[in-house]
Amino acid sequence: MLIRTVDPFIWLIRAFSTSTLMIMSCLYGRVRPFRSYNYLTKHFYAHLLMTVTNAPCKINVSRKEHTLEAAIAGDWVLDAQTPALEAVLTQLGDGSDIKRLVFSTQGLGRWDSLLMTELIRLVDYGEKQGIKVDITTLPEGIQGLLSLVYAVPERAGARRQETKTPWLEIIGKGGMRIYKDSQATVSFVGETALSIFALAHGQARFRWVDLWRYIQDCGPSALPIVSLISLLVGLILAFVGAVQLALFGAQIFIADLVGLGMTREMGGLMAAIIMSGRTGAAFAAQLGTMQVNSEIDALKTMGFKPMEFLVLPRMLALVLIMPLLCLYANLMGIIGGALVTVSFFDVSLVQYMDRTAAAVAIPDLMIGIFKCGVFGVLIALAGCMRGMQCGRSASAVGDAATSAVVTGIVFIVISDALMTVMCNRLGI
Amino acid sequence: MAAPFLIIKDMTMAYGDFVIQRDLDFTINRGDIFIIMGGSGCGKSTLLMHLIGLQRPAKGDVFYGEESLWQADEKTQRRILRRTGVLFQSGALLSSMTLSENIALPIAEHTSMGSQRIRELVSYKLALVGLAGFEDYYPSEISGGMQKRAGLARAMALDPEILFFDEPSAGLDPVSAKLLDDLIRSLRDNLGATIVMVTHELASIFAIGTNSVFLDPETKTMIAYGPPQKLLAESKDPKVIRFLTRDKAESQTPTATKIQEMSDV
Repeated sequence: MLIRTVDPFIWLIRAFSTSTLMIMSCLYGRVRPFRSYNYLTKHFYAHLLMTVTNAPCKINVSRKEHTLEAAIAGDWVLDAQTPALEAVLTQLGDGSDIKRLVFSTQGLGRWDSLLMTELIRLVDYGEKQGIKVDITTLPEGIQGLLSLVYAVPERAGARRQETKTPWLEIIGKGGMRIYKDSQATVSFVGETALSIFALAHGQARFRWVDLWRYIQDCGPSALPIVSLISLLVGLILAFVGAVQLALFGAQIFIADLVGLGMTREMGGLMAAIIMSGRTGAAFAAQLGTMQVNSEIDALKTMGFKPMEFLVLPRMLALVLIMPLLCLYANLMGIIGGALVTVSFFDVSLVQYMDRTAAAVAIPDLMIGIFKCGVFGVLIALAGCMRGMQCGRSASAVGDAATSAVVTGIVFIVISDALMTVMCNRLGI
Repeated sequence: MAAPFLIIKDMTMAYGDFVIQRDLDFTINRGDIFIIMGGSGCGKSTLLMHLIGLQRPAKGDVFYGEESLWQADEKTQRRILRRTGVLFQSGALLSSMTLSENIALPIAEHTSMGSQRIRELVSYKLALVGLAGFEDYYPSEISGGMQKRAGLARAMALDPEILFFDEPSAGLDPVSAKLLDDLIRSLRDNLGATIVMVTHELASIFAIGTNSVFLDPETKTMIAYGPPQKLLAESKDPKVIRFLTRDKAESQTPTATKIQEMSDV
């Protein structure tokens, strides 16, 4: 018996020590895990690379009056240990009377970009010091590459300086960003309202087949995850309440707690949060990718309004489907509650059903469904807005999806709080 | 100069049961600027994918020198492919990284150079393609032609022995396209690299191509193999001639015969 209880601990300790070792080895391999992997492969291949032995690369300088001759020898290939150029550079530095720099390459073996970068350093430095650099004695290939490098002069003002922004500016910019963001949100809501108006007048143009597809995506395809989460939430609610209620022998009132909790609040909220993560993010990613591929521009040139063509069917689909999802989530939650109450707390299924029917009135159900409809609008709004605002790169699409979920959940929770307070004041 | 570098042996390319090209058999010599040409949808880009190890041939093999690419185990394959550089059609720069980070990525992965040295190397590569000073720009901030050249700089990051280009001049104006051609040729001359290019840009084909293969979508195999100029002068195949002359040879004949011939093909 003792061994039985100790066994898991041993496994836990083993797992812990193994993972610590792995993390340590990652840190040793210069922190990044994939770095350490490369470190290994590099050494694995070391013997293959070593089959070609490299002559060490050298640079020797000799001066004749005002001319400095740099003799380059050996194999100048990447990964080779390069000699310090500083010796040459100091000879060329301030106060020297050298007027010309020439090269000799008798002993030069194989070469690649390594030699080129070093030569460029020399040439640049020489030019800065007003020394004539004579490259005509270099091999033809090197001369060709050097002339390519200097063929296109650096465009003036192209290079970027790294600037440090003061903290006040960072705060100010943050504030401006929030201001602009809320402006964009308001204008997006306005545009959406206008396109709904156009729809009501029968002027909005979009493909009805799109609407059906989005309804399929948001509704039936989401049922498994909604079932699971709602069932578990009902189960959890029942357990939380049961501990307290059982103290008074009032287990039967678990049905009240679960029934009211699910219908008024949790059913809709859970469905909304699932849909925000599932569908809101998908909308943002879809529209964002369309933005990246210029598909939205293409639609505009064909005379479609993106707000009507893309946003409206998505929003309609969510608004239509969310109340139904809410209803379904309520049912699953109540079943979850019943599972717990019937199997652990000595209440019969009929009793539970009876009690639930007595506790939950139609207004409770309607409040939950209405809330969920509002959440649907907000999720679609957040998803589509972030998608339409998306930049034109792969990472921008990711940002749009993330931001859609964050915005969606913030909207949901704020609006839920507002509606709950309102219902409370109105006495429903 | 005429040492074989890349040998394609009896290769068949297919997606599942759908054969794209069969019985491909040709050799790319060291120092060549080799053109893969053919009409749209004949499998040019797919052939490129097979050469750079992204797609396994249904039959046959690709040899880098003596070494087989597709018989080799994963480690050998990676070592072979380290000698190659690829420029994708749209540049395929990673959009969340600056140009210098893009180019430094393969260098940091495969060498043990310090960050200062890598920075110098990156600046050199960018200067080589005429983008000096653009280190800290994101791909989305520069024009398409510049993206393509930056992609070239990344393809050359590790001094590859062979460079693959997928339609390098697509989407470029004629002047930029010519500049890119000149750049490619001078890189070949100066670095001694071998170039394999997928293109249907006639100007490029005749200007820089030293050898070529023509893929035909109808018969699903290669129907011509040789230097482009020679193909133009000597080929008997009307499809090849029509491609290489932009259909000019046909347009001199009356329309009726042209339609007749097209339906024959």
